[in-house]
Amino acid sequence: MTDTAAAEVAALSEDHRTSTGISNEKLAMWLFLGSECLLFGGLISTYMFNKGRIGPDDIGPDDVFDIPFTSVSSFVLLMSSLTMVFAVSSIAKGDLRRNRIWLAATAALGATFVAGQVYEFTAFYSEGLGFTTNLFGSSFYALTGFHGAHVTIGIIMLMSLFVMSVRGNLSRERAETVEIIGLYWHFVDVVWIVIFTIVYLFPQ
Amino acid sequence: MTAVQSPRIAHRPLGVFTRPQGSEGWRSWLFTVDHKRIGIMYGAAALFFFIVGGVEALFIRLQLATPNGSVIGAGTYNGVFTIHGVTMVFLVVMPMAAAFANYLLPLQVGARDVAFPRLNAFSFWCFLAGGVLLTSSMFIGGWFQNVPDGGWFNYAPNSGVLFSPSKGIDFYAVGLQITGIASLVSAINLIATVLNMRTKGMSLFRMPVLTWMLLITQFLLLFAIPVITVALFLLMFDRLWDSNFFNVAAGADPLLWQHLFWIFGHPEVYILILPAFGIVSEIIPTFSRKPIFGYHFMVASGIAIGFMGWGVWAHHMFTSGMGPLSVAAFSVSTMFIAVPTGVKILNWLATMYRGRLRFTTPMLYAVGVVSMFTIGGLSGVTHAIAPSDTQQTDTYYIVAHFHYVIFGGALLGLFGGFYFWWPKAFGYKLNEAWGKASFWVMLIGFNFTFGPMHILGLQGMSRRIPTYRADEGFAFWNMVASIGAFVIAIGVAMFLWNVYASTRKWRRAGRPDVGPDPWDARGLEWMTASPTPEHNFDSDIEVQKLDEFWHRKYGRDETGRVVRAAPTSQIAHDGSNTSVHLPSPSYWPIVLSAGILLVGYGLIFNLWLAAAGVALLVGAIYGWSLEPPDDPDAAGHHGDHAGELPAADEAEGRAGSPLELEEAQSVD
Ligand code: HEM
Ligand SMILES: [Cu+2]
Repeated sequence: MTDTAAAEVAALSEDHRTSTGISNEKLAMWLFLGSECLLFGGLISTYMFNKGRIGPDDIGPDDVFDIPFTSVSSFVLLMSSLTMVFAVSSIAKGDLRRNRIWLAATAALGATFVAGQVYEFTAFYSEGLGFTTNLFGSSFYALTGFHGAHVTIGIIMLMSLFVMSVRGNLSRERAETVEIIGLYWHFVDVVWIVIFTIVYLFPQ
Repeated sequence: MTAVQSPRIAHRPLGVFTRPQGSEGWRSWLFTVDHKRIGIMYGAAALFFFIVGGVEALFIRLQLATPNGSVIGAGTYNGVFTIHGVTMVFLVVMPMAAAFANYLLPLQVGARDVAFPRLNAFSFWCFLAGGVLLTSSMFIGGWFQNVPDGGWFNYAPNSGVLFSPSKGIDFYAVGLQITGIASLVSAINLIATVLNMRTKGMSLFRMPVLTWMLLITQFLLLFAIPVITVALFLLMFDRLWDSNFFNVAAGADPLLWQHLFWIFGHPEVYILILPAFGIVSEIIPTFSRKPIFGYHFMVASGIAIGFMGWGVWAHHMFTSGMGPLSVAAFSVSTMFIAVPTGVKILNWLATMYRGRLRFTTPMLYAVGVVSMFTIGGLSGVTHAIAPSDTQQTDTYYIVAHFHYVIFGGALLGLFGGFYFWWPKAFGYKLNEAWGKASFWVMLIGFNFTFGPMHILGLQGMSRRIPTYRADEGFAFWNMVASIGAFVIAIGVAMFLWNVYASTRKWRRAGRPDVGPDPWDARGLEWMTASPTPEHNFDSDIEVQKLDEFWHRKYGRDETGRVVRAAPTSQIAHDGSNTSVHLPSPSYWPIVLSAGILLVGYGLIFNLWLAAAGVALLVGAIYGWSLEPPDDPDAAGHHGDHAGELPAADEAEGRAGSPLELEEAQSVD
């Protein structure tokens, strides 16, 4: 994104109707994401608190994790943040066609990630790790499941934007809506990086 | 008006549904998005639940009045004290505070409405859904068969299916989850309102102390609710789908629940008290005829409480075996948090000192808060000392402490608020003689009920036990406490009678006007007609000082004496500007909440019902998004766009004013 594009986005998102200059909608999203930090904070702490509480012969992180696979799906999710940035900058420039392409690409990458998670869950389940198997299972599925649900909601929002755009309801004036959903999307990505690091890379 | 709206509606409007119309009749209440009506509904619902919770309390006191009580059995007793606590905390004090927040925050910052009016309506209906679900647990499947019975703190592993096989704890988990959604949405909405919708010149440090305290409360909710959300999800997963979070047999540590609950729970107690602190900070200056003493200290101590409140939760866990280092650290941090609390008390006293005091009913309540809360705060400091708490914990001494702070602090403050803002909301004052009488009856009853519990607790009487033996020496003070409880009930009945009688008298007298400012008060909410017109203010107010309204009314003469500068009738708005643009009512907030209620019952009883709820919920979300921004044909001043914008704003390049809300543009 060039500097002028960035300046344009900034100018568009500045809202003169409010005391802070940030629109109500954007402020609300920031507040919501602040609250979400505590939600994931609680889930991550629960996971860390519980992951070691399994018997010596119990199925645990080392038995199920497939790091290369999850690394690839994490990379896919990371890339979706990049396409989201393009989606925001294209609508700020009024390029509706590109915007649609990037929205669709972001949703598709997100869906790939979720599909990977579904595959992973099925694989773990067939290896004997269910939600009720042990404390590791309960905590792992709760944490990653909540994250997956967040990604899914993000995909639904992106697809709604896409449909709005096709029907001619998403113009440059609504660029901020795309930006706000972008904030959510980036947040969900960042949370995944934390989860991936804590859960997969440093299982002990 | 097209000049202002055109940049925002250059795209095609999304509307496919029409919006409800009209502002008369009961239907208009169901679909209203007016922050004042929503505030009034919060207050009414909270009073209703207060009566429910109060009757539960009377049963507790009947059972404990004499040794070997047999009024209700031990199992029912667990249910009664649990649902009493849950009701009073989540369905009475929190929504009553929300009533004041909704009604007053936009007025005090000079705004037309909240940032997201439809979301505001949703918060109320969603709260009500949670309240209905929790309350229905008392009779679904037989009286008190499926009522939560693990205490309001609901410790694991007692809360598991193994130890609590009825559906009670499911009601707890699902019901609190729903009220949590309501609180979270409302917190986001009200923070956005205060930060974004302030009128010209209303800088942060010109906001009334009440606005500040409510703002801090909303931030506490924003960050505390998700923590209990996690805890409730884990509990629900354990109970409904057999996960292991609190399954000790699978190696779980039940302290996880205690930590999550109290990380939410201690900020929660400040969520309960800060609104009352704010109310007291409005009432005392008004009736002392002095500005609040140390405004900046008042605000700063509130902020300090807001931060420090996160670092003390484990003082509820001194006897849980968490280790001496934790106990020492939390003991010290708890003692520190009493400091900003003490600052507030001293500032109120200093505000009254050498003031021209008028002991009206609201003032009596405010002084009641200052004195009763001090007693509760002091007993709090005694439990901050861990060795002494080891003796006190789980005894009636704790019960005494939290009733002094929650009833003597929060609830008395909220009642004072009812008397104070009643004329603003309804256009007439409640009767002062009845008000004072009911205050004294309540105060005396309160002290007779909860004062003796200090003694009982130190004698060793445990809390949460259904009865005690005659030879334990608890009989006398228990009887006193039970009599006190009925005296409180009389005081509450007098309040309700006062509401009824004052309303009737006012109607019979032909609804005389109390005027905008019956108490000679200070905040902007008094600068418009009573009851507040639907559009709040006739035009934007430009604020230059803290207590702007007061400074417009009073100035100083050459000798420095305070004198009237102008009559209120000249300063206050009369509500005659009917051209202010108002957001249209909406069907969807209540429909969405109904969907959530169905999901709630469905999770407890039948997943097909939950699926139906999800369908309704999704439909409501789409209906919500596809609703037209405003109804062009609506009657009255809805959608009447003529002349709503003071020209000066446009000249300054502001694309709009806080008086005007394009809520339909929200992504809400
Ligand atoms: C000066 C400030 C305060 C201090 C130092 C303080 C300290 C404490 C401590 C140490 C306990 C735990 C006692 C135990 O369980 O052994 C406690 C319990 C409690 N406090 Fe406070 N407190 C303060 C203010 C408040 C306020 C303002 C509220 C509510 C409005 C409140 C509500 C409660 C409740 C509900 C409990 C009992 C929780 C339960 O076990 O059910 N406290 N307090
Ligand atoms: Cu506490």
